[in-house]
Amino acid sequence: MSVLVLAESPKGKFKKAAYEAVHYGHKAAQSLGGECVALVIGACDDPGALGTYGASKVIHVADYAGGIDALVYASIIGQVAGQVGAKAVVVNHSSTGKSIAGRVGVKMDAGVVSQVNSVPVAEDGGITVTKPVFSGKAFAKCKIAGDKCVLSLMGNALPIEEVGSPCAVEAGSVDIPANSVTVKETKTVDGEVPLPEAELVVSAGRGMKGPENWGIIDELAKTIGATTACSRPVADTGWRPHHEHVGQTGVAIRPNLYIAAGISGAIQHLAGVNSSKCIVVINKDPEAPFFKAADYGVCADLFDVVPRLTEAFKKMKDA
Amino acid sequence: MKLLVCITKTPETTAKIAFTDGDSKFDESGVQFIMNPYDEWYALVRALELKEQHGGTVTAINVGPAANDVIIRKALAIGADDAVRIDTEALSSSQVAANIAAHAKDKGYDVIFTGKESIDYNGSEVGGMVAEHLGLPYVSYASHMDHDGSKATVSRDIEGGVEVVDVAGSFVLSASKGLAEQRIPNMRGIMMAKRKPLNVEAAAVSDSKVSVVSYTLPAAKGGVKMIDPENMDELVRLLHEEAKVI
Ligand SMILES: Cc1cc2nc3c(=O)[nH]c(=O)nc-3n(C[C@H](O)[C@H](O)[C@H](O)COP(=O)(O)OP(=O)(O)OC[C@H]3O[C@@H](n4cnc5c(N)ncnc54)[C@H](O)[C@@H]3O)c2cc1C
Repeated sequence: MSVLVLAESPKGKFKKAAYEAVHYGHKAAQSLGGECVALVIGACDDPGALGTYGASKVIHVADYAGGIDALVYASIIGQVAGQVGAKAVVVNHSSTGKSIAGRVGVKMDAGVVSQVNSVPVAEDGGITVTKPVFSGKAFAKCKIAGDKCVLSLMGNALPIEEVGSPCAVEAGSVDIPANSVTVKETKTVDGEVPLPEAELVVSAGRGMKGPENWGIIDELAKTIGATTACSRPVADTGWRPHHEHVGQTGVAIRPNLYIAAGISGAIQHLAGVNSSKCIVVINKDPEAPFFKAADYGVCADLFDVVPRLTEAFKKMKDA
Repeated sequence: MKLLVCITKTPETTAKIAFTDGDSKFDESGVQFIMNPYDEWYALVRALELKEQHGGTVTAINVGPAANDVIIRKALAIGADDAVRIDTEALSSSQVAANIAAHAKDKGYDVIFTGKESIDYNGSEVGGMVAEHLGLPYVSYASHMDHDGSKATVSRDIEGGVEVVDVAGSFVLSASKGLAEQRIPNMRGIMMAKRKPLNVEAAAVSDSKVSVVSYTLPAAKGGVKMIDPENMDELVRLLHEEAKVI
């Protein structure tokens, strides 16, 4: 019995998400019994590094360069799961992991629970695990019938710990099916942490009055190394790009710090951000609903407060 | 083109989230239900646009009880030609997907659309499962698609950007924001929807691999600490020393 973890290595490198998934797989293996085996598909500089976070070995399918193709990934995962006797498969709740989890579940005839935020436990003849539902407004304890499961792990759900040392890497031996899609181009913004992975987020809403005023938000974000986000109307009117839209119908995030300026805190906005560890709200309206969901509030004009906050952060960094 | 759009029913976005039966069931009392926004705004409308461009039919499919007919009629009012309801309680994504796949098998749909996720269980699972059952390619989180009738070029949202993929033949697609613009049903559409076929089919699969044991609400916040706007040093200090997030 083992837990098989897909460790994504975009452009040949692991990001925090890969270590999170492996460490979660390690904990799942301790809970369910067995060992944690990591699987790396495609180019990767240092697959053995996953041992540090709890993998007992890494299987590397190095000779695949066809990009993210859910059909191919599910086939490879299914074959390797069979080879290592995996009862549980773990992926990140990322655009890649989410595309694969359902397919692997069908292939293995296993129960699928996505966006899990707790370690699975074997009980009552099944496996139980929790996940947020209703866009973060509640949590559900789910029970998977039988002994096979596919789990996608929510970002920032569990702290990563170093529990071992670099481990052995085995070359994977699988039949790779023909690609079902052709990846033509991948366009990502380099240098910025993507929103779902960001630990610090600075977000702004309609209170900004217009796109030309975003300089103060960018400056604050740059000062603390945060990723920028926005409310839905701001993305809908084209003030900001769509991928910055957070909330129930946008990206759901769970950073350590969420700073919201000029956002009223409508229920659909809160749904995507209320799992943040710490929320700071800057709004000139003392009745703004967002204050009820905040840890710290500043009731004032954001055009005064945001630059002052940036200065205060700079002072702290220089001290 | 033959197009299938999977639609589901979700609580309206401002619905009060509460539970009954020892916190084991979602409390539906007083809750309004809507068509899942990703299904309605993006998946269904992009399917209608493809039909307008290339000809063909758009079929809406839902797995659920007769109470879901309101949502299905709305899909017909927006423009779907006909609809199928698989008559069973929707228990989990695996059971929903297995039933949709059982219907779609041998029907030769060119594109099977889902929303990128439902706004209640946020699973994002059904599309991939349907694709695997049918052995089709799965293109998820599509924010743009050009389709020439036999092959498509799709932009899919990935972390911090987009990926552009080509796909030929039948495939399953999940729809993100940007794929189309929401359409509001007009009076004529609503009248016509009453006469369009809504076929009820028996469920092929009724067992479920996953069930919910219990629900909990997040712990209440301790209350907001208001900071003097003149004293941002104090806020930075609290974030550093008290909240320990920076
Ligand atoms: C089905 C559905 C889904 C939705 N999904 C989402 C979603 O995913 N994400 C989302 O964000 N919204 C979503 N919405 C929209 C949501 O209901 C709100 O309309 C939206 O979040 C409001 O955006 P806002 O806070 O930027 O704007 P407003 O509500 O207009 O708030 C602006 C705020 O800025 C403050 N302000 C103005 N000027 C200043 C100043 N100088 N200094 C300080 N404060 C100032 C005001 O006091 C006000 O509180 C959805 C709505 C529906 C119906």
